[in-house]
Amino acid sequence: MNINVTLIAQMLAFVALIIFVNKLLWGPLNRLLAERQKRIADGLAAADKGKHELELSEKRAKDLIHEARAKAAEILAQSEKRASEIVEEAKTDARTEAERLITGARAEIAQEVNRAKEQLRTQVSTLAAAGASKIIKREIDRKAHDDLLKDLVSQI
Amino acid sequence: MSAEEHSSGGGTVEYIQHHLTNLCAGDCDPVTHKAAGFWALHVDTLFFSVLLGALIVFVSWRLGRRLSLDAPSGFQNLVESIIEFVQGQVKDTFPGHNPLIAPLALTIFVWVWLMNFMDLIPVDLLPMLAGAAGVPYLKVGPTTDLNTTMAMSLTVFALILFYNIKVKGVVGYLKVFLFHPFGKFFIPVNIVMTAIEELAKPLSLGLRLFGNLFAGELVFLLIALIGGTLAVGAMGYLFWFPLQIVLDLGWLIFHLLVITLQAFIFMVLTLVYLGMAHVEDH
Repeated sequence: MNINVTLIAQMLAFVALIIFVNKLLWGPLNRLLAERQKRIADGLAAADKGKHELELSEKRAKDLIHEARAKAAEILAQSEKRASEIVEEAKTDARTEAERLITGARAEIAQEVNRAKEQLRTQVSTLAAAGASKIIKREIDRKAHDDLLKDLVSQI
Repeated sequence: MSAEEHSSGGGTVEYIQHHLTNLCAGDCDPVTHKAAGFWALHVDTLFFSVLLGALIVFVSWRLGRRLSLDAPSGFQNLVESIIEFVQGQVKDTFPGHNPLIAPLALTIFVWVWLMNFMDLIPVDLLPMLAGAAGVPYLKVGPTTDLNTTMAMSLTVFALILFYNIKVKGVVGYLKVFLFHPFGKFFIPVNIVMTAIEELAKPLSLGLRLFGNLFAGELVFLLIALIGGTLAVGAMGYLFWFPLQIVLDLGWLIFHLLVITLQAFIFMVLTLVYLGMAHVEDH
């Protein structure tokens, strides 16, 4: 008979060993492994979160840059517009001024011309009168023929 | 070699039988020193298995006091990888969750492996030391004793029964006997088939481990006999002694695989059987 009371003793030893292993080996090490697993998972999650945040801030920075660029472009366009407006204004001003000057000059010229004509007329009448008096000698009374001379002058 | 004095075939048989006899206490046969009845205790089996169990407990306790989360020592790494290996096996083969299963599997794997490892210690070393100390018989490997393997498989069987009844209920478990595997028209056949199936579990579990380790030990004994019995004279020693060393080394390496495999098989089958017990619908 090979099976004997050793069997019972071994069963008891086996059960006791299971209890001890559970308490001393499996329990602590399993807790340790679980904790380590948790730590690793936490670390990975934190890394993921950091990555996500980095992505977000990168996106935000990109948006900001984009916005700033748009604003700069807007300001540039505005200033260009304003500059061209100013130029346009200056051009108009200059044109009106030039026109005014031209008109003034023209008027002055006309005045001068009139004045010169007037002078010329007077001188011509005087010359004509002198010439005529020289020709006619004394026959023409300056006073008597003044109306006639004036008429002549106006005709010239 | 204790067999050196014997050169006859009778001596060889005696050598082997001596090695295969447990140190018996209680109800023992006074002549053959074999257990004569149920109330015989194999002291050596019990001593070595409890010693190895105590070693596990002591090492666990020592390790448990200086566990490091961030910088595990070399030994802690080893234990951690064993535990993760067992955890992986449990996860793969065991459905559901039961906090007892993983420590049970771990205990089986480590304890059985250590007890199997006793087989690799030179067959004559410990018995000779014990003989010098006045202990007449010593069988070193506890798993080469059917009592150990059957004790473990019967404990597992008790757990199988317990969880079968706990999960399926008494009626549910009886239904398995009545209606499995052939349906309700073959109830008598079903009862016999299922009973055989259930009883085969602990038997195959215990006998497989016992058979493998017993055979392994026997081969070690036979190899040990080469240098002992066959070597006669100086020329005999020159030939047989190196042969014994080479064969012993080969069998040691092979047996190292066998003991690991057997410990693994015992653990996995335990997981499979208990997993089947936990499945509601068979």
